[in-house]
Amino acid sequence: MSDHHHKETFITKYIFCTDHKMIAKQFLITGMFMAIVGMLMSAIFRVQLANPGEASVLYNLLPGGWLNEAGGLNPDKYLALVTMHGTILVFWVLTAGLSGTFANFLIPLQIGARDMASGFINMLSYWFFFIATVVLLSSLFVESGPAAGGWTIYPPLSALPQAIPGSGTGMTLWLLSITLFVVGSLLGGLNYIVTILNLRTKGMSMQRLPLTVWALLITAILGVLSFPVLLSCGLLLLFDRSFGTSFYLSDIIINGEALHHAGGSPILFEHLFWFLGHPEVYIILLPALGIVSEVIAVNSRKPIFGYKAMVGALLLIAFLSFIVWGHHMFMTGMNPFLGSVFTFTTLLIAIPSAVKVFNYLATLWRANIRFTPAMLFAIGTVSAFITGGLTGLILGDSALDINVHDTYFVVGHFHIVMGLSAIYGMFAGVYHWFPKMYGKMMNKNLGYLHFWGTFICAYGVFFPMHFLGLAGLPRRYYTNTNFPMFDGLSDINEIITFFALAGAIFQAVFIFNFVYSIFKGTKASKNPWKSNTLEWTTPIERIHGNWPGDLPVVKRWAYDYSKPGMEDDFVPQNVPLRDGEKEH
Amino acid sequence: MTNILIALVVILTIAALVQLVRVNELLSEITDKDTNAVTDDDNKKNGILFLLTIPLFMGFVVWQMVTWDHLLLPPASSIHGAEIDSLMKVSMTLILVVFFILTPMLFFFAYKYRGKKGNTAYFFSHNNKLEIIWTVVPTIILTVLIVYGLKTWDRAMNTNFSDATVIEIYSKQFDWTARYSGLDKVLGKSNYRLVKGKNVLGVDMLDKNSSDDMVVKEVHLPVNKPVLLMFRSRDVIHSAFLPHFRVQMNCVPGLSTQFAFTPTKTTAQMKESEGDDFEYVLLCNKICGSAHFNMQMKFIIESEEDYNKWISSQKTLQNTLTLK
Repeated sequence: MSDHHHKETFITKYIFCTDHKMIAKQFLITGMFMAIVGMLMSAIFRVQLANPGEASVLYNLLPGGWLNEAGGLNPDKYLALVTMHGTILVFWVLTAGLSGTFANFLIPLQIGARDMASGFINMLSYWFFFIATVVLLSSLFVESGPAAGGWTIYPPLSALPQAIPGSGTGMTLWLLSITLFVVGSLLGGLNYIVTILNLRTKGMSMQRLPLTVWALLITAILGVLSFPVLLSCGLLLLFDRSFGTSFYLSDIIINGEALHHAGGSPILFEHLFWFLGHPEVYIILLPALGIVSEVIAVNSRKPIFGYKAMVGALLLIAFLSFIVWGHHMFMTGMNPFLGSVFTFTTLLIAIPSAVKVFNYLATLWRANIRFTPAMLFAIGTVSAFITGGLTGLILGDSALDINVHDTYFVVGHFHIVMGLSAIYGMFAGVYHWFPKMYGKMMNKNLGYLHFWGTFICAYGVFFPMHFLGLAGLPRRYYTNTNFPMFDGLSDINEIITFFALAGAIFQAVFIFNFVYSIFKGTKASKNPWKSNTLEWTTPIERIHGNWPGDLPVVKRWAYDYSKPGMEDDFVPQNVPLRDGEKEH
Repeated sequence: MTNILIALVVILTIAALVQLVRVNELLSEITDKDTNAVTDDDNKKNGILFLLTIPLFMGFVVWQMVTWDHLLLPPASSIHGAEIDSLMKVSMTLILVVFFILTPMLFFFAYKYRGKKGNTAYFFSHNNKLEIIWTVVPTIILTVLIVYGLKTWDRAMNTNFSDATVIEIYSKQFDWTARYSGLDKVLGKSNYRLVKGKNVLGVDMLDKNSSDDMVVKEVHLPVNKPVLLMFRSRDVIHSAFLPHFRVQMNCVPGLSTQFAFTPTKTTAQMKESEGDDFEYVLLCNKICGSAHFNMQMKFIIESEEDYNKWISSQKTLQNTLTLK
């Protein structure tokens, strides 16, 4: 690596930047912005669910024309909010915000590379994502409103503007935006894979990779294999909508008019969609689990228990995630035998998941835990992964799914196992690597406040949802007041809304801490957490190329914490093995 | 005015937070300690909070189970539903047991192994025996659960009843219509292009099986007799959900789907145990448009005599469509 530095202008440093660390921050900030938007949307529809049809100050945030005469939310705009909340949280926050941030930031730093294999493609990946963001947000302001057919956009509802206003221009923009998003994430994903496979520094064998990098590698492979299917799935829908084809449409009368479409199948759409959709769950979850593995090991001052089993479990989960998509479709009328197969493969995922949980517990056992805010969130992830994972045994069982499918039981399940686990993982990552990103420390006490507030409120929101589901309440209902059988559920809805709004306030604490610390935070030392991985051997000041001199050479795995016979309770990866010392 | 007040509160809160953080940092400068380094005291506080989380969290879960138990669906009113309920009981017990062991364990470890200066963690990187145990035990439990689940699924999906009442459930934005197959127990053919005027279901009246079909807006069923529901949708995907019978099936335009079950409790019986306002109801459980939340049809389960009386009072399509 040559030492010459070409001059950085504002534009090449902050906007069209090819440095992976800056691109990571761009992903993080965009992801955080979208998280705020998505969270405000959920606050708005939670208020509607607690006070159906009534006015609220929160609705002042909405564009005009979304409200009824009484000042309450319109039913189709309720659905629009639910749809956009799902889309934003699944794709923008937990896919791009999480993977985009940490894959970009950690891969080169932890494998000992100067940058990504292609800095330019990496930059392109962010800018595709950015344009996708702009297009998606612009759909909020079109006259007929944004897409409103659920984030799963099942046709015919999403194909026919006559069926719901959101399926007009809003849906076109949604599809355009997702197309750009997929292009961006494919460019990113390919880059991550190539970088990890080719640019590892000397001595960084696959067996010595930190678990974060393993998780990010497997995530990238999942993304590259599954996102193209979503792309084609969306393109066919675009054809049906705009060019009169019949891939997904057949035998439809709408507004008294019989449509010409014949021979298509909406179920085909569901198969294509969930062929991405299920791996997507793990695209969201695995990076969080990777981050958590690292944070738990560092702050337990112990090696992660069962490194090989952890990698094996990741690989097995990733493989199985491709053959379980049918469990989203048990009730579509598909052949019951096919349902049996998907039940079988789905429940198998519990085995590697259980292994991961037990390994985390074994890591904590006889540890010397340091409760940084990151560590608190890492423990939160494990808790959410246990709580939410267990209800998966109910939903994955086709026979039981008959009565909980599409109810609030599902909403509770996936918000805990995927939403909370992943967002806690993301918080853990931000608190942990903030010193490396900005050279400053985040305020510890605000971090504690943020964790405990979030932890309590999140369970207050999502745990009661299981009971709504077991009472038979379908998801995506504007209100439950039209069925006498759901009359008793209004109290539960009010409790959930209370916790949701309280939880939102604690997120403001985080945002405040984040912004404040960037500018005014105390200075970070080079290796504040006494961590082994290579990123902490780089200088505090951000430089192109990461290491000023030669690249570090790796001599050991990343988890030599509290190793007997060593002076310190950590041994960085570039410290040579001593005479007679065995590698873990 | 409200907006200004809200903005004011937000600004003041931020200002207060800034001051708090500043004070904290100034204090640390005076005492020459890094304010953000984690101390033994922090470890202790957070450890104790995790310890407290165990009774609070577990208590919250138990409180919900007790307080909201009466809101949950009553035991299934169908034969296959009762089997699903047993499977549910087994699975629920299992996951609750695991939950009540693992969650306290996690938080207890967090408390018990909270860091102290001078303590050293135990270097323990792997143990094949342990790992084999906690791979094999879940595998065995899951095998049992999978086999039990698949057997229940097979029986629930059985549509092969020779003497079943055949009824078509037809969905559109935003209501349900039902069609009884009549004495011949065969539904007449239908085609969406035939939907016109009174023929809301597009029934082909040239098909000889159509003439005795009956179209209704409320479904009556005899108790303890199997019924086969055939689903059809006119516009978007709907999902026919009968929670009390543990029945659910999507209604897909262009695709015929079905579900068979045997109701075991009459509406009158249910009113006795669940209260006078109890009704069996069919809901839509797949997002279908703005009035998705209000798409319902009443199901009435009654004795065979009452059912026969009701069905014989319904007009056949021959009467309503072909005779003017």
